Order: sequence, then C-alpha cells, then structure tokens
Amino acid sequence: MTSYGVFQVLLYFAVIAALTKPVGAFLAKVYDGERTFLHPVLRPVERLIYRLGGVRENENQRWTQYAGSLVAFSLVSFLFVYAFERLQGLLPLNPQHFGAGQVSPDLAFDTAVSFLSNTNWQSYSGESTFSYLVQMAALAVQNFVSGAAGVAVAIAMVRGFARQQAHSIGNFWVDLTRGVLYVFLPLSLLGALVLCSQGVIQNFHAYEKVKTIEGGRQVIPQGPVASQEAIKMVGTNGGGFFNANSAHPYENPTPVTNFLEIVMIFLIPAGLTYTFGRMVGDPRQGWALFAAMSILFLAGVFVAYPAEQAGNPILAKLGIETAPTNLQPGGNMEGKEVRFGIASSALFAVVTTDASCGAVNSMHDSYTPLGGLAPLFNIQLGEVVFGGTGAGLYGMLLFAILAVFIAGLMVGRTPEYIGKKIEQKEVKMAMLALISTAASVLVFAGISAVVHFSQGGYFNPPGPAIANLGNRGPHGFSELLYAYSSAAGNNGSAFAGINTNTPWFNLSMGFGMLIGRFLFIIPLLAAAGSLAAKKRVPATSGTFPTHGGLFTGLLIGTVIIVGALTFFPALALGPIVEHFLMHEGRLFSGLLTGAWS
Amino acid sequence: MTVMTQETQTDETVLIPKRLAKARPLLDPSIVRRALKDSLLKLNPVTLAKNPVIFAVEIGAAVTSVLLIRDAIRGESGLGFPFQIAVWLWFTVLFANFAEAMAEARGKAQADSLRKTRTDSMARRVLSGGTTELLPASKLRAGDLVECQAGEIVPGDGDVVEGIATVDESVITGESAPVIRESGGDRSAVTGGTKVLSDHITVRITSNPGETFLDRMISLVEGAERQKTPNEIALNILISGLTLIFLLAVVTLQPFAVYSVAAAGAGHVPTVAVLVALLVCLIPTTIGGLLSAIGIAGMDRVMQHNVLAMSGRAVEASGDVNTLLLDKTGTITLGNRQAVELIPVEGVTEIEMANAAQLSSLADETPEGRSVVVLVKEKYGLRSREIAEQHARFVPFSAYTRMSGVDIDGRRLRKGATEAIANFVQQEGGSVPASFLDISDRIARAGGTPLAVADGGRLLGVIHLKDIVKGGMRQRIAQLRAMGIRSVMITGDNPLTAAAIASEAGVDDFLAQATPKDKLEFIKREQGEGRLVAMTGDGTNDAPALAQADVGLAMNTGTTAAKEAGNMVDLDSNPTKLIEVVAIGKQLLITRGALTTFSIANDVAKYFAIIPAMFAATYPALDRLNIMRLHSSESAVLAAVIFNALIIIALVPLALRGVKYQPRDAAGLLRRNLLVYGVGGLLAPFPGIWVLDRLLAILKLA
Repeated sequence: MTSYGVFQVLLYFAVIAALTKPVGAFLAKVYDGERTFLHPVLRPVERLIYRLGGVRENENQRWTQYAGSLVAFSLVSFLFVYAFERLQGLLPLNPQHFGAGQVSPDLAFDTAVSFLSNTNWQSYSGESTFSYLVQMAALAVQNFVSGAAGVAVAIAMVRGFARQQAHSIGNFWVDLTRGVLYVFLPLSLLGALVLCSQGVIQNFHAYEKVKTIEGGRQVIPQGPVASQEAIKMVGTNGGGFFNANSAHPYENPTPVTNFLEIVMIFLIPAGLTYTFGRMVGDPRQGWALFAAMSILFLAGVFVAYPAEQAGNPILAKLGIETAPTNLQPGGNMEGKEVRFGIASSALFAVVTTDASCGAVNSMHDSYTPLGGLAPLFNIQLGEVVFGGTGAGLYGMLLFAILAVFIAGLMVGRTPEYIGKKIEQKEVKMAMLALISTAASVLVFAGISAVVHFSQGGYFNPPGPAIANLGNRGPHGFSELLYAYSSAAGNNGSAFAGINTNTPWFNLSMGFGMLIGRFLFIIPLLAAAGSLAAKKRVPATSGTFPTHGGLFTGLLIGTVIIVGALTFFPALALGPIVEHFLMHEGRLFSGLLTGAWS
Repeated sequence: MTVMTQETQTDETVLIPKRLAKARPLLDPSIVRRALKDSLLKLNPVTLAKNPVIFAVEIGAAVTSVLLIRDAIRGESGLGFPFQIAVWLWFTVLFANFAEAMAEARGKAQADSLRKTRTDSMARRVLSGGTTELLPASKLRAGDLVECQAGEIVPGDGDVVEGIATVDESVITGESAPVIRESGGDRSAVTGGTKVLSDHITVRITSNPGETFLDRMISLVEGAERQKTPNEIALNILISGLTLIFLLAVVTLQPFAVYSVAAAGAGHVPTVAVLVALLVCLIPTTIGGLLSAIGIAGMDRVMQHNVLAMSGRAVEASGDVNTLLLDKTGTITLGNRQAVELIPVEGVTEIEMANAAQLSSLADETPEGRSVVVLVKEKYGLRSREIAEQHARFVPFSAYTRMSGVDIDGRRLRKGATEAIANFVQQEGGSVPASFLDISDRIARAGGTPLAVADGGRLLGVIHLKDIVKGGMRQRIAQLRAMGIRSVMITGDNPLTAAAIASEAGVDDFLAQATPKDKLEFIKREQGEGRLVAMTGDGTNDAPALAQADVGLAMNTGTTAAKEAGNMVDLDSNPTKLIEVVAIGKQLLITRGALTTFSIANDVAKYFAIIPAMFAATYPALDRLNIMRLHSSESAVLAAVIFNALIIIALVPLALRGVKYQPRDAAGLLRRNLLVYGVGGLLAPFPGIWVLDRLLAILKLA
C-alpha cells in the first residue's frame, strides 16, 4: 500500500463520517414530514402529486397494506419497463435504431426485474442494446423509484421501533414521493451538474464515427450520461450507461469524479444510520450501527487494497516489477484504469459491494483471489455495510435483531432492541429473510454448476451451463458464485467473465433478484408491523445496551459469522483455494476471448 | 404469622443459594438409569419431530445407516469409516435425548414421591342435618363440607370454615414444623394430603377430584402439562432456521464439489456420510439437544426453592420483571414491630411511664405488646408481675377504640394509636401536652409507629415501635437495582413512616397507605408503561393484583383465592423468595443464550476441520486451512463429529444446573458471558477436536 492510497481511503471515510449527521437529519425531517429548506419549492409539487394520485397524505398503512403497495408498484414498474424495452423500436430518441432484436424476452425480463429491484445487473451492453429513451424513461426512472422504495422500507422499519402500540408503519406512497422529490431528485440534479462540469457527457447525439490517430476507425457512443450517472450512484443502483460502467471515461473521467461517485454511493446509506437514531429518539443507537458498518468497511478495504497492491506473485517471480514506483502503480493493474490506479479501484470495488450499488470502475474478475474475495464476501454478508439506499439499514437491523436475540438472552431478559421485545414473530421473519437470500444464491449456483442443456433447448446453448464461464477451475466457480450472489444481494456488479445473456441465466438470475428483494423486504415489513404494535420497555441497567462498543462488536461478529457459516464451503472452493493455488504458481486461464457481453 | 422459618437463606448476598435443602444430587443414579431408558424411547421419530434440529440428526443417522447396510450387502470394503460416522450420529441423537430425559426424570422422581403420599383417605362429609357420613376422599366434590380431627389426613383442598388446628404440611412443603390453620382471615386454606395434628376443623372443599393442588403439583413437576414458553419457541425458530441454512450450504456443496472435482481432475465428490457429518456438525445440535432440558431444569430449580410455578412462562417472565412490588411487612421488615424506646412527656419520669407501659401490655399477646414487656424488663429492670394478684380488668384491643389496656386499682391505663389515646385523655378530663405531638411526629418521621400511653386523664408518653428491616435486605435491593429492577415497597403505613422505612431499606419507591385497589392500579400503570411487574400476596383482597401482575407469587398459607390468582405458589410462604425467583428466571434465559452462542461459535472450528478434509484430494492446497494439522481426512471428520456429540453430554450438567449467575448490570453480564460462551465457544473446539484426532490416530480408528 502507498501512503497516498491509505490517505485517500481515510479521507474518503472522513468525508462520509462528516456527511452522515447532516444528511441523516435531513432525511429524518423529510420522512417525518417536517419542513425543510426545499419545502417552499417542492411542497406544492408534492401536494399536486398526491392530488393527482389520489393519495391521502395522512392516511397510515398497516404493514400488509404497505407491502401490498410496494409489490403493486413494482409490478406496474415491471410491466412499464418491459414494454418500453420490447417496443423501443417504435419510440423516439433512438438514433442507433435499436429494436426488439437487441432485447429478447428473457433479457427484457431480467433487465426489468434488475432495475425495479435496485439490482441493475446488466446482461447487456447499454450502448449496443437500448435507445436513449429506454435508458432515460424506463431504466433511470427505476433508478429513482427503486432507491426511494428501499429508503421507504427502511423508514417503515425504523417506525416499527419508534412507534408504540401503533397499527401502522407509514404510507408507502407518501414515503416514495418524498424520497424521490426531496432526496433523489435534488441530489441527482446537483450531482449531474457537477459531473458534467468534470467532463461527463450529456447529449442526444448519434454515435460518433471517428478516425483515430493511428488511422483506425472507431465508433464512440454518445448519450445523456450525466443525468443517469448521478442517480446510478446516489440511488446505489449501479447500472451503467455504458458496458464499461464507471471505468468508461464518459461516465467517470477523472480521479475527482471517481471520488465524488463513491461519496455519492455511501451518502444516503450512511445518513440513514443517523436518521434511525434520531427517529427512535436516541442518536447513539444510530452511531452504533454506523460504527459497525465503518469497521466492516475499513476491514474490507484493507483486505482488498493490500491484496491488489501486492499483485500476482507469479509475475513477481518472473522478475517483473510489482512494487509501486514513480512511474507505475505496481501491484495488480489488470482490469484497472490507469487514471485511477490501485487504491481508487480497490476502494471503489469495496464501496460498491458494501453498498448494493454494483457500479464498477475496474473489472473484479481480474482481481487477485483475495482482492476478489472482499467484494464477493461483502455481497454475501447481505450488503449491510452502509448498504443500498434503505436496504443497508434494514439489512443491518435484521442482523441487529438476530444479534440481540442470540446474545441478548445472556443478560437474563427476553431480548429487547430499542425497547422492543424481540419475540417469535421478529425472529421468524428475520430467519425467513436470511434463508430466502441464502437459498437463492446457493440453489441457483448449485444447479448451474452441474446442469447440462440438451441440443435445441430454449434455455442455453447445448452443453453444461458452466460453458458460459470465462475461466476454468476455482476462478470460474467464483464467477458463477459472484453472479448469483450479486443477483440475490441486489448488487448488480459483475465479477464478469460469465455470459449471462441466455434464457437460463437471465431467468434464474431474474428470479434470484426477485427473491433477494421481495422475500427480504416483505418479512422485514411484517416484523416492522409487529414491532410497531408493541410497547416500548423503558431502558434500565438490566437492559442490554445497544449503543456501546460491546454491541457494535457483537453486531460485527454476528454479520461475519452468519455470512461465513453460510458461504464458507462455497468460498473455500472459489477464491480461497484459488489464492492458495496462486501462491503455488497456478492460474486459471480464460476459455473465451472477450466473448462475453 | 407463619410458624415456618422466615429465611431459608444462609448467605444473604447470594441470590441463589448453592445448597438447597431439597436439591437432589445432579447425577442421582436412579435418575440416570431412568433417563438412559427414556433416551432410547425418545428415538421415536414422531416425538423427536418436535425438535427439528435433533430430528435432522436422526434423519441423517438413518440415511447414513441405510447406505452403510446397502454397501455392506454389496460387499464393499472400507466401511469402517462410515460405520463410525453412523454410530456417532446415533450417539448424538441419544445424548440429546438423554439431556431431556435427565431433566424430565428428575421431575418424575419428585412426582413419584408426591404420588406415594396421595393415599386414598376416607373423608367425613357433613350432611345437611349436621350428621356426618364416611366416603372415599376421591368422591368429594367442590362445595362439600368435611370434618377433620387430630391425626386425620385432610381429604381435599379447601378453606377452613370452622375451628382452628395445627397442620403438618410437610408433604407439600418438605417443612416438618406444623402450621396453624383457622377459619376466616388469610390462613384458612388447607391442602389435601396434609395431616391435622391437633384440634378439629370443618373444611369446605374447593376442588374436584383430580384437580387438587397435589394433582396439579404432580403434573407440573412431571412435565405433563409442559408447554413450550414463548422465548423457547422463538429460540426454536432461530435454530431451526439455522438448520435450514446449513442444510442449504451442505446440500449445495455437493454440486459445487462435482464442479470442483471435474475442474481439478482429481479426488472425488464427498460421500453422503461425510456430507451428513458436516451438516450435523454445523447445525446447532448443542442448543437443540439441550433446549428443552434447560427449560425443564429451570422449572425444577424453582421447585427446589419450594416454589410451585404454574407454567414455565411464569418462570421466564420473572426474568423479565422490571418492577418488584414488595410488601413491607414480612418481606422488607420482620413481621413484627418492636418497642425500642419509651419517651415520656414532660413531667413524667421514665420509670413511671415504663411501669404503666408494662401494666397496659401484660395482657397484650400481640408481638408488639410482648416487645413492650421485653423492653421494659431489659431496660428498666421491671419484672413482669403476676396478673392474677392485681385486681385487674383487662380491656382488649378493638378496631373501634384502637386501644387496649387495663383497669387496675382504680387506674385506667390505656395504650394505643396516638389520636385514640388523645381522645381518651380528653374524655377523661385531661389535656394533651404540646410535646406529645412533636414526639409522635418525630417517631413517625423516623419510620416508627408511635404508641401512646395514658393513665386516665394523664398522658404519660409515647412508645416508639420500630419496623426492623431484615438483615441483608439493603444489599438485596441494591442487587436488584444493579439488575435493572425497580423495587417498590407496599405498605399501609402513612407516607411519612413509609418514606423512612423505604430509605432505610433502600427501595426505589414506595406506595403508602396502599389499599388493594391502589396496588392494582399501580400495577396497571406500570404495565401501561411497558414494564413487567412481580408481586407477592396472600390475602383474598390481593387476588386481583396477583392476577394482574405478570408474576404473582402467592403464599401457601394464603387463601385459595390468592393461590388461584397468582401464577406461582411459595410453599414456604416466604415473600422474600420473589427475589430468588427473579434470579432463577434470569438464569434460565442466560443459560439458553449462553448455549446458543456457544453452539453457533463452535461451528467455526468445525469448518476448519472438515472443509480441508473433504477436498484434500481435489485441492491439496486447501490443507493450509487445516490449521489444527489433523491426522487424516477421515480422522478430521470423525473427530469433529465425536466432539460435536460429546459436547452435548458434557454440557448436560450446565444445562440442568444453569450457568453461574451473579446479579449485575446487563452490560457487565453480557461482557462476561460473551467472553466465556462466545469467545470460549469459538476457541474450545480447536483443542477438543485436535485431542480427539490424536486419539483416533493412536487407536488406529481413522
């Protein structure tokens, strides 16, 4: 590691820590319906939306209604996006004349699910598949609303803790509207303008055909990138306008935009920890979650960054310079952009997988085994290290419930969290959420590891599904495991090296995303409903303190142990054994040459 | 007042005394024998299905055994390893069964000894005409009247409606000292099976055959009525969920292994026996096997304290209690107030007052009256005189006059409540000196009760009756506070007196001049704020509050109404025991949490043992994860399985006894227990598995 690299990581963390309280306080105000500085402008718009939508602002919903609204909204979103994708040829803003030919029904399904679930897994290349209109009106709209829906669920969960003997956990439509209007739109507007000023493009031009200096001909895609780039980060969506995502110079031109983009990823998730503390009336509770997330974040960075900086020992043995010098960054630069170097790339990879963002500025497939293990394990932990907008908080609250339930008994009381007794219903729902996501990853990966497809079948080209993998051995296995982890975790980043644009992968991953999103959210909303109905037990010296270092440590332990126990066997056969084998001098070459899309 | 010992405690500062009078040795041979037999019976999958974790082990053991038999029939070689796996899997199930059977057998042994005492005695039923008829006790119905004489067994539960008698209740309480039972008041309840020692009583039967206290007690200790408590169910959901997650992890490991073996071109896919072994090692068998034993043992521990909990839920709730209502008299203070000082008004000598106080108390048989006589004798050397030689006429205490005394040699000596005596003096034509009120006030403020003494129209002075706070009470209250429990003293005293006692005992709050209605409202208010309330009570007027409280500990000497309203009965009728019950409830929950944490933390080491062993041939590089340097793949898997089975049996005593509990704040408890059971659980299997692996290697078993 270089001191500059370490400084960059710490500076980043300091910026996030400094922004947590102001952002969190603002979010609390927005969702509590308090007046903010944006109200003079936006409040009339908000009212108008309610009037048009027939939403009664003060009407509260039971958890079932809340979940029902979310599911209904997602279903409509799905139909809307699917139709847009398939009908793009008939619609305007399509200078490249893309049509249904580029978007098979299974790809359209996968993509629609991917964007409504805040996953943004892309089995396609944006620049060669979708028109500007689809990217803007279908996909980017989902970036806003899926992010806002996540925050809405988190807020509903927080209300479960904050309210007493209440039947309701808020109003989904109001929470959704407020999130989009007061949080995501202003931040995206601001973010897009700043990114534009740094060189991110924003136009509706047809792709440019240019003659390169060497005399070759190149097509350079264009498009309304900046407007999409900001929400891609702020909403922890991660679906790139271009296939190269944030490695593309039009999406992420400079180290400055790079820094800005990762700040945008953690901005709302970190702020929400403070929102939580404030809404339950004890900011220390929020800071305890923040502390647990921070430690897990730094641990991830300081696994991935040194592993990448150390580079490949096989190259070192061949006498190739892998130490950083004034002229080169050293380490493992494969798949990384020279303008970002190792620290910024490793930091980006950890941040994007801590959060359920999934944007990438380097190719995770090219990381060293340990460097790749960090993002993969981050996803498998449930993306609770700050996590997705809302998703990180409600995921961490799930672990808090489990931690308190398991260890809280050891204080000799029925476990309580934030004064709410953790009983059957909450434990059942937390386990259901946990089992669903674990099952989705393991079962689909398990099937894909052994399934063979016959000649002329619909689902995949004939032969084993693992033929879609780009590499052999444990590395190929990592690619498979990463893909399904990313889907179930609603992350959307790809380890890459795997062709998932076949009906089998598009459909199985689509279902994985649906399970990871809805079989996680619905149980948690049920738990929120049950919690809201309970009285709040006043804290005494006999109460398990959930705001100190002890709890933070316990929470970290629970997150890691649950994740490790679930995925250790699989990880042992992927990145772990690959790491050992690399040190024995073995690598796993690619089978295809860049044929994945 | 009960005749029984007020304090079964020896060491006042320990909440759960180590040695209990009735405690059986943990591994009583007859109980162990019974448990061994029961653990085999419990292999029945129908009953075992109620315990998903152990049921999963049984299915695994069965599958492994069937495959083993198939392979044996096919004449395959190298079956020693799967055979050992199968054997240890069955032992895992048996050990878990044994834990539960041990806990149950203790209860059953107790039930048997109770049953022996339930002789089918004859009852003498009083007929409408006043005559009696003999009939078997089992024919009695609620509402029947029966007569019992000295030497007879009380035929059923009931209330004394006529007479007074001493009764031997050792069948129920284990305490041989007799207790007094009399009609009316709060000592009217008698229990079927107890023996009348003297006198003659008429009892109205309150329970039908099969529903008597003894019947209930038998079924409770036997566990026949045992239902899973809410927390136990929640914990069961957690460990079943974890079992499902591990099932997913292990089942999908098979296709992952197929991929890996093909990719590496070496080794073989782990056999079903090995996969089952991994699964059983990972699922929380330790807590799964011990969970119900912990619950039963918790009930049993309460029972050993001579408290009969009507449900496990009540024991669990007592751990959660936030507010403890403690009756002042008998709980915080000794039952009787004692005279500690005589304060004459001006113009009266101490001796003169002592003399009058003695005379007026000679016939007073109340503890307070006797304490006046004792004080006068000890402090002023006045010997008690024979009553007969004075031509005295005694005036008994009445609730109306609120004073008592003696008319002797023309003097009218009276002793009683200050207002009552002041009125008396004025009626006799005397006046009340100004200092009298000051003295009374001072005594009241100090937590005492002023008792005025007058000689006709002359007011002599005030006796200071003091409530004596029980020894060690202050420390106990402080311990309660450390545990986060607010103690509230309930008393009929005026607020001034109550405040003084409250501060002496160190309670957090008090409810003065409390009527039963006040108590009930206080409980409801506390519960409205989300707190759980525990209280003790014995009178019929306590019944509503006992029923409302989350934990209601009724005194066995109390009325039937009180006993039915509460969810626990203290057979020793020692109200202080509420504190112990709370501690046992906490200990129960801590034991569950500790073993759950331990169980889950154990898994880390097992992964390090089994995963490298599974893929030793496929990926020799994974041997770097074999940090215990285990001998071979087979020994590694076996050692993990054996450790997993043995740890259950090793923890049976802990489950039955409960983990060590010291009252302290939650943060301190958590820190300690996390260190012992969390970090300990993480580390302990490493040496354990290593040693077993060595042994297997030495014995050439693997």
